[in-house]
This record gives sequence, C-alpha cells and structure tokens, in this order.
Amino acid sequence: MKTRHKPMGSHKRQALDNKTVTSTPDNVTEGPWDTLRTLTPARIGLGHAGTSLPTAAQLDFQFAHAQARDAVHLPFDHASLAESLEAKGMDCLLLHSAATDRHLYLQRPDLGRKLDDASATMLDEQASTRAEPYDLAIVIADGLSALAIHRHAIPFVERLLEQIDGENWSLAPITLVQEGRVAVADEIGQRLNARMTVILIGERPGLSSPDSLGLYFTYGPKVGLNDAHRNCISNVRLEGLSYPMAAHRLHYLMREACRRQLSGVNLKDDADMQTLASETGDTLSNFLLP
Amino acid sequence: MARFTHTVGGQIYRFADLKEVMAKASPARSGDFLAEIAANSDAERVAAQMALANIPLKHFLDEAVIPYEADEVTRLILDTHDADAFAPVAHLTVGGFRDWLLGDDAHEVSLKALAPGLTPEMVAAVSKIMRIQDLVLVANKVRVESRFRNTIGLRGRMSTRLQPNHPTDDPAGIAASILDGLLYGNGDAVIGINPATDSTSGICELLKMLDAIVQRYEIPTQSCVLTHVTTSVEAINRGAPVDLVFQSIAGTEAANASFGISLALLQEGYEAGLSQKRGTVGENLMYFETGQGSALSANAHHGVDQQTCETRAYAVARRFKPLLVNTVVGFIGPEYLYNGKQIIRAGLEDHFCAKLLGVPMGCDICYTNHAEADQDDMDMLLTLLGTAGINFIMGIPGSDDVMLNYQTTSFHDALYVRKVLGLRPAPEFEAWLERMDILRHADGTVQLGEQVPTAFRQALAQL
Repeated sequence: MKTRHKPMGSHKRQALDNKTVTSTPDNVTEGPWDTLRTLTPARIGLGHAGTSLPTAAQLDFQFAHAQARDAVHLPFDHASLAESLEAKGMDCLLLHSAATDRHLYLQRPDLGRKLDDASATMLDEQASTRAEPYDLAIVIADGLSALAIHRHAIPFVERLLEQIDGENWSLAPITLVQEGRVAVADEIGQRLNARMTVILIGERPGLSSPDSLGLYFTYGPKVGLNDAHRNCISNVRLEGLSYPMAAHRLHYLMREACRRQLSGVNLKDDADMQTLASETGDTLSNFLLP
Repeated sequence: MARFTHTVGGQIYRFADLKEVMAKASPARSGDFLAEIAANSDAERVAAQMALANIPLKHFLDEAVIPYEADEVTRLILDTHDADAFAPVAHLTVGGFRDWLLGDDAHEVSLKALAPGLTPEMVAAVSKIMRIQDLVLVANKVRVESRFRNTIGLRGRMSTRLQPNHPTDDPAGIAASILDGLLYGNGDAVIGINPATDSTSGICELLKMLDAIVQRYEIPTQSCVLTHVTTSVEAINRGAPVDLVFQSIAGTEAANASFGISLALLQEGYEAGLSQKRGTVGENLMYFETGQGSALSANAHHGVDQQTCETRAYAVARRFKPLLVNTVVGFIGPEYLYNGKQIIRAGLEDHFCAKLLGVPMGCDICYTNHAEADQDDMDMLLTLLGTAGINFIMGIPGSDDVMLNYQTTSFHDALYVRKVLGLRPAPEFEAWLERMDILRHADGTVQLGEQVPTAFRQALAQL
C-alpha cells in the first residue's frame, strides 16, 4: 500500500555518535557485537537489560522522538524569516494556507495545498502590477518541520541565488507560507504568473533527522499538477545533502527544464552523483559472507 | 436503490445504501472525515451501527459496495463466494453474527470452515459493531497457518520479520542489522529488506546476498526483497534466488491499478514464484502488505470507508495462498489514522478481519513522527495483538527504520511479548535458535545465550 518516503543520500546518525553511555550498569549486557555499529546508522548493538532495552538506549530513543515531535509542532515564524531575507535585499510576501491550524493541517492535506482567501488576493494584486511573467518564484513553507526552514532556508536561498546569478532570470517576491504543503507552490506559481517554482519545505522528521529540508521544482506550475510533474531533491541538511550540492542539482534541473519546457519524471536528474551500494555489485562480500 | 433507516432517541436516521451505512457505522477515524463519508455526529454513528446490526448477512451477496461490473475485486469476492461454507451463518443478521462469533459455536474448526463463506464486507461490517475485547477474543479463536521453510501461525507462537533496512543498501550495513536481529532471535517470518534502489540489478544483488546468508548459516527461514511484483518476476527470469514474491495490494481495482498491478499480474508473480520450488515444508510464497487509507490516497475508494476497502484487500490476498500478509497500520499518516487510539483500533480490526477471512495476518505496528502516537501506543497494540494471536510482527534495530523514517517494533519488543505471553517462534526456527545457543524458552521464560555463537564469532573476527 505504501509509497514509503525514501531519504536520499547516506547519513550517519548523530544520536549514536553522541552516545552518552560511558559505563555499563551491572544489570545491562552490552551486545558483544558492538563493533558493528560503525557499519550502519541503525540502532544495533544496544545491549539488553533482561531481554529489554537498557535505560540509556531507551532514553536516547525518547529524546530523538521528542526532537522530531517538537519539529513537527514548532510554529513557522515566517515574519522574522521575512525580515532577515528583506535585510538581505529580497522582497517577501507572507501567506497562509487554507489549513487554519496545525491539527487541521495534519488531517486535511487538501487544505494545506490551497491558499486562504487573503493570501490569494495578495498574490493576484502582486501579479497585476506586472505584465511580463516571472521566470522563477521561490516559495518557502513549513511543511512538517518548521525547524528545517528556520535552520536552512536562508543559507540555502543565498547559495541558490549565487548559483543562478548568471542566468538573468526575473524573480518573483519570495513567498513564505504557513501550514503549507508541496502543491501550494502550484497555486502560487499560477497566480504570480511564474514560469518555474521551487518550494523549500520541511520534510517529515525522521528520528535522526528532525531538520531535513526538501526541494520540489516545477516547470509551468498550475493548480492540479501531481507529483509526476515535479522533481524532488531531498534530505538537505548538515548531515545529508549539502547546500552547494543541492543548489547545483537544482540549477541543473532548472536549466534543463527551460531547455525542454517540462519538469518531473521526464526530466532526469543526471546531476545526481549518488550511487547505491547495491548497484555496485559487491554485495556478496561482507563480514557475514567472508 | 436499497435504503436503510433506523429510529432511536426519537429521531429517524436514513442511509441511502449499504456503503453509507458501513461508512457511518465506522468508529471515527481521520481518513473517513477526509473522504467526507464519516458520520456527522456520534449519535448518527451509533444509529448507523444499529441499522447495520439489523442487516441480514445474505444482503451482502445482493448489494455490492462497489459495482460488480466496475471492479475486478468485487467480481473476485462474489464469484468465489462459497455458499456451502456460508450456510451455518446464512440466517443471521450482522448483529446476530457478532453474537454467534462470541459464542461457543464459533471455534477454531468451525471458523476455518466458515472462512470461504464470508465476504470482506460481512467481516468489516461485524467488526464495526465490536469492541476491542471482541476483536481480540474472536481473532484468538482463529488460526491461519502458512508454510515455506518453516511453519507460521501455530497456536502459542509468534514470528518476526527481520527488517535490516539501510539508507543506501550498503551490504555490510544490512549484514550488521541481520546479525543483530538473529542474535535477538528474530527473523522466522522472513528476512525482508525494503530496498533503497529500484534497479533490478541492485535487487538481484540483494537477493543473492540474503540467500547466501540463509544457506551459509542454515537458517530455517525465507528471504525477500520487497519490490514490485514485476521486478521480482524479472529477477526470477535473470536467475536470482527469489523465495517470496512481494506486493503492496489494496481493496479496489483502481487502487491496485495505481500500484501498477491487477489480479492477472499477481497471478503471474505467484506462478513465477511457484516455478522456483524453493519451499521445503510448504509452498505459500506470496508476501502482501496492506493498510487502511491506501485506496483513498489513490483516490480510488468509490465512497467506501477505508476499513471496508482494507478488508477487501484480504480477498485479493487469500486468492494467492500467501505466506505472510501484514497491515502497515500507522505508516500512512495522521490524515488517515490520526492518533494512537485510531491506530490501535485499526490494527486490531485488520487482524480480526483478515483472520476471519482465512488470511495469515501479521502487523507492522508502527507510527510516523507527525502522528499523535508514541512508543506507549505501540506497546499497547503489540500486547493486544499478541493476545489476539497475531502471526507475525516486524523486528528492527531499536524501533528505528533508518531507511523509511518511521518507527516499528524492535527486536527487543518481540522478546517482551515472548516473555509476558509465552509466545515462541516458529518450531523449525526455534530449534535452530536452540542449536545455535542464541535463545531458549525454558521454565516459562526466555533466555539469551551467554556468548555469540561460534559461526558468527568467526564472521565478526573478519572485521
């Protein structure tokens, strides 16, 4: 049933690296196979108290979950983000989706994909001041992690603007959307009359990644497009895909999209430099199969 | 069009058709609100349950919730209905059926014989008027056994899928999680990887690796790389060692189409798997995953509530005599199941409905970080499903899937259930665990071996 969310890129989890266990209590048996921990970010070799999870591992997990939960419910401070962007010379518009609060947002994805009436009007007024289409509209939305946006939106936007500096593209004001989902960028792009949109959005927090930023790019945005029309660059964060690499890949997609006038599944991300281990054909050599 | 009314509390409640009664009778969950088919008030919900309780089971053979002409799953359900098997309950209403299930006439033997006579809609209907204790009590009467290289689903036993996922399919990383799981006694349902890659050659490499590990350490279990059925068929054509053929399935033809499958394609996958003759104690080899909300998320629910859609998926599953079926109950997110309470109820409904229909049911007892759920909720569902006689659960290092970014039951969690409920692994696997001195059930408790078994110690010395 599931199209499971797949993070891209390899990452080592901080939680285990930072493990605070320095001594083993008497009632805890450490896994004698602890050496394997370096091989995977998975929570292996946790030891056991009786046959249950030892206290330290139990609390490490609870902390990771608490961080992820906090990230989901952290309010998006879009006004102060806009202030910071404007201080750097970028125009901003503050918007809100049709999902009035977080609980509604979580239960009604359809409302998170639409703007509320005031926001729609604001964009229509903005568009009416201009005859030509914009080349690019940058959208910033909280998605499922405002933490990701608070941490990564400004440095990433700066890196992106440097990257596309030579293109001479006209930029719409940056729109900042509270309670937004990916597809809200389609409505924004359509109302602003933009040729391309990219939305920076907080991804669903994993236990080891509360602040992962996702980028979704669309050429010819309009209401009603599905995921097949978008290109996604996922897992942008310090332990994941770097800002320069993400900006490089996004720039590549934008240039190709302009050339071929499309985005999505038919626009292959050849700039993708990752190779999955299983495709290198050496799976039969590992310590269990010496 | 059929029409149902019920008068209670001085008010008349009207329902246009069977699917409306079913949807409004469903215990509250976010997905049915999202689809705008849920009851408008608590009172209307109970009135719908009362109306549903009065509907004869026979009526379900006359009114399809999704038209016969429009949906191959409906055709499968009605064309394979066994009237003789149905006879013992044919005179009952939904409410009468609940009473019958709770009574002494419903037992392991009679329920096994009844399964082919039940349709998913009948089973979904009765579940809607059952409390959690009813769902547990009745499911516990049923056993559905399945066999490939071991025997899953025997009374007093519970198996685990060892799920050694890695964000980039790194072989050593996968091997590390496999060893961790085996040393905690997990893996008798299957050692099954959700691959990060979609490429057939990558899948084939993973299949070879799993097969080599199972063979080298003579583990009485089966392996699986959970990929699209067409990829498994292609892997078989390329000579890769495929034990189990996996597919996500749903309860409507349109939802299955959104997964890129049909009954005919599943049949092809099933036959390809059978042609390999890799089972030793049986030939149940399909592995299916399901979950409430999948039809709605594909916009393919036809106005039918998500729990009924889910139950229809079990009709698809049982057609292919699977080894394993599990609902991935909390994976889909809060827009379908909002919180721990909804997830717990859904997991028990899915298990109950599947077991009554004769499906060897397990559960991925899980949640995502944007659902209102936590480890305590999972402990409750785990304990309840263990009590209800679940065939298998997931086992993952420390409950944290680092590839799929969700939380499911851990290796340790399975040991907890073994201890408090006395549930043992599949007998063939249990014997292997004892032989390897990994885990032993003795005097009503569970003992882990003191040392890493020699064979694995040698492997670790490679590092």
